[in-house]
Amino acid sequence: MKVAIIQFPGSNCDWDAEHAVNDVLGIPAKRIWHKSRLPAETEAVVVPGGFSFGDYLRCGAIARFSPIMSDLKEFAAKGGQVLGICNGFQILCEAGLLPGALVRNDCIEFRCVNQPLRVEDSNERFSRETLGPTLSLPIAHGEGNFRADDSVLSDLEANGQVLLRYDGNPNGSVNDIAGIRNPSGNVYGMMPHPERAVESHHPVQDGLSVLNAFFEPIRKTQSVELSPS
Amino acid sequence: MKVTVFVSPKTTVLDPQGAAVEQAMKSLGHESVEGVRVGKTVTFEMPGEDSPETRSKLDELCDGLLSNPVIEDYRFEIEQG
Repeated sequence: MKVAIIQFPGSNCDWDAEHAVNDVLGIPAKRIWHKSRLPAETEAVVVPGGFSFGDYLRCGAIARFSPIMSDLKEFAAKGGQVLGICNGFQILCEAGLLPGALVRNDCIEFRCVNQPLRVEDSNERFSRETLGPTLSLPIAHGEGNFRADDSVLSDLEANGQVLLRYDGNPNGSVNDIAGIRNPSGNVYGMMPHPERAVESHHPVQDGLSVLNAFFEPIRKTQSVELSPS
Repeated sequence: MKVTVFVSPKTTVLDPQGAAVEQAMKSLGHESVEGVRVGKTVTFEMPGEDSPETRSKLDELCDGLLSNPVIEDYRFEIEQG
């Protein structure tokens, strides 16, 4: 097991994430219950989408206090790779692993569409060169409206921490922000669902390049390299 | 004692829910209504009485769990039982 996919009560993209990572990308992945410890062999963590704890209080507000979160914070502080998708992004913001917060869409509606996105040159993994200038990924959320105060926002922009922006803003997100990373580049969060865009029968397949970009560091540390036949 | 916590969206943060409710009020003919904000109240019982220690415990509960300081403000009222 290299990739831990944290399962909260109310997570509903955990199996999709496991399938995308394990079966499509071929990186061993396992769902880990939120009351467990993070396994010692964990090399990357996905905090999946869904409605953890029924979105009670605020999206991600209760998951933030789950037992596994102290391990996750330590893992992230030591440079471990963490990706929060949709509700996972909301949880990472609530936990303070990413700045800002996600509030109700300005249109009030739950938005469920294949969303055009613009790629930013954030770092060597997430750039227009590695992902292409535009992507299309599914979004499905009612609270994806990213908010941060002016100083946080100008830091995000100045440090190139914005990964993706909406092309045609579906939720009122400030600066059209759809995904961000932390300053050290090991914690990532995005509202779009790359794990739902990896199969030939999916309407779009751009999730593959996004997930490959995220998992690039742990691919490098793969212990067994088979020689090409 | 009985505690009531009032959580409301920060005035600087867009409140789409408040805006929708305001629109509905206006469409009911109350056109002069302005500045609708939708928040929540949380009520609970706890032992002890109103004191600086109690208030700092309540701040701890409010700041992070019951409200997110990035987007929300809170205040609480203590009712001695």
